[in-house]
Amino acid sequence: MSRTLAQKVWDSHVVRKADGEPDLLYIDLHLLHEVTSPQAFDGLRIAGRKVRRPDLTIATEDHNTPTDNLLTISDPVSRTQIETLRRNCEEFGIRLHPLGDPEQGVVHVMGPQRGLTQPGMTIVCGDSHTSTHGAFGALAFGIGTSEVEHVLATQTLPQNTPKQMAVTVTGELPPGITAKDLILALITQVGTGGGRGHVVEYRGPAIEKLSMEGRMTVSNMSIEWGAKAGLIAPDDTTYAWLEGRTFAPKGRDWEAALDAWRALPSDPDAVFDSEVTLDAGTLSPFVTWGTNPGQGAPLSASVPDPESFQSEAERAAARRALEYMDLRPGVPLREVAVDVVFVGSCTNGRLEDLRLAADVLRGRKVADGVRMMIVPGSAAVRAQAESEGLHEVFTAAGAEWRFAGCSMCLGMNPDTLKPGQRSASTSNRNFEGRQGKGGRTHLVSPAVAAATAVVGRLAAPADL
Amino acid sequence: MEKFTAHVGTAVPLRRSNVDTDQIIPAVYLKRVTRTGFEDGLFAAWREDPDFVLNNPAYAGATILVAGPEFGTGSSREHAVWALCDYGFRVVISPRYGDIFRGNSLKQGLLTVELPVEAVEELWDLVESRPTTTVEVDLEALEVRADGRVWGFTLDSFSRWRLLEGLDDIGLTLRHEDRISAFETQRPAWGVVVS
Repeated sequence: MSRTLAQKVWDSHVVRKADGEPDLLYIDLHLLHEVTSPQAFDGLRIAGRKVRRPDLTIATEDHNTPTDNLLTISDPVSRTQIETLRRNCEEFGIRLHPLGDPEQGVVHVMGPQRGLTQPGMTIVCGDSHTSTHGAFGALAFGIGTSEVEHVLATQTLPQNTPKQMAVTVTGELPPGITAKDLILALITQVGTGGGRGHVVEYRGPAIEKLSMEGRMTVSNMSIEWGAKAGLIAPDDTTYAWLEGRTFAPKGRDWEAALDAWRALPSDPDAVFDSEVTLDAGTLSPFVTWGTNPGQGAPLSASVPDPESFQSEAERAAARRALEYMDLRPGVPLREVAVDVVFVGSCTNGRLEDLRLAADVLRGRKVADGVRMMIVPGSAAVRAQAESEGLHEVFTAAGAEWRFAGCSMCLGMNPDTLKPGQRSASTSNRNFEGRQGKGGRTHLVSPAVAAATAVVGRLAAPADL
Repeated sequence: MEKFTAHVGTAVPLRRSNVDTDQIIPAVYLKRVTRTGFEDGLFAAWREDPDFVLNNPAYAGATILVAGPEFGTGSSREHAVWALCDYGFRVVISPRYGDIFRGNSLKQGLLTVELPVEAVEELWDLVESRPTTTVEVDLEALEVRADGRVWGFTLDSFSRWRLLEGLDDIGLTLRHEDRISAFETQRPAWGVVVS
């Protein structure tokens, strides 16, 4: 029987199947960070359980860590959480990349860059953006703390069979239009609940042409439209990216792995429960105006009139969003002035993203009154960027060049918006207060972020 | 996990859609390493508004939250479920949930009932006009009942059974440890090993 990529990965990880019960799936890689793991380790201790496979488990520090230094976590509550992770990893024998380690970074940047993320794997983490790893053809999804404990204890998870959806992106992205514009436009098209209950596969010529960084940006935001996971079939782009990385197979193992990976793509006649199509050729720089990632529009548009939406729920949500965002219907998005620009996160904190921002900033200055923060996704990305001299471009433009971490993507560390401040952010969520209480977020691509920093209002590089 | 068979209580109408987990509990409350004591973080930003429905004394002591579609989208933080439970909620009713939140809730014994938009609107009208309305949520009969009206709901039979029996997932899985060990002998030799 023909199967999709996701079904093949699923089938090869079923430990136990029984009528009326979820399948028990084996987990190949479990990623941990400080926020969603402490209660899981406590649960193990209370029950007298061990970590079944510390050799399939790896931890990093990212959500709470400061990005202005590598030594001092000044908030005592954050420090306790970090210290708790260190103690737990020590006690249970789990490898940890702590603050200051050359491999430390945002968990979804760290895994792929080390070669830990490979096609055909099952990968989980107590973090919804685990979908990022789907870019390699892995079945990767976020879990809650009870499930973290379950995986620590058993290296498995009971899972109900998801439905299968294809997202086919036809045509070609116009010059300067990025993976971020693509995924933001898709989410506005399908809505925040559009992928609920589904594992999706992104496919089509526009997806195949994306770099691995671009594919990770797309897969990363799968959760923002409700999908359980977002996979992309592995191909030569994937293999070229992986080969030679620390944890990638070597020598004869590499050849064996390639043979297995080449059998993973969906069969030509595989059946999906539903399909969404998007024409990449129609896309332009895309930004959000509201307080969920589905409230977006092309940069060339104006703030929409809430009364223009079809359902009362959408109208009510738009009214509330505009009030929170302090925006009036009909105002061109290009006239919206920002206070802060943030380039970073597991969505857009990779080397390619930093290069895109640097290309725009080279020889230009951040506008007066605008604070621009560039936060590499990992210590390794930071080192690579510095070896290319990108940090000099950023600092010459007046941007802050910082250490790796989740930073301003979420308000858990010192990098936050002040109440009423407005940001253009390359992160993934524009929820109320996400970047700090009372903060207002516009989601954008790295190129739009950089152009916005220069102009002081939402802008694309073509506006410069 | 505590058993859940049926619950009777009063309900709070939360007339909002896309209530993401950052609203249910902002990230700043996630720095704690405990599993209880999150009630202060529940809807922390919204509760600063005196007009927010949870601040209305008419709904004090309510144990059922009735919310708009796409409740619990976003972050995987199980703290959202803990905060709802610690505040005193036993049931949430919404037309649709974020998948991760839903999974977390059913593992913690917080029953998340899916009812159609029309039923949620009827419940909103009912509890807004009479906040003391008693709402019954019956997991055995798979019914929500209030003011003489009855709405049926569905839940996958495995989750329902686990809730009715109050069973621990890890304990259930460890009954099949031999199968896990057998599976491990067949994994590809070139697979990732961290240490």
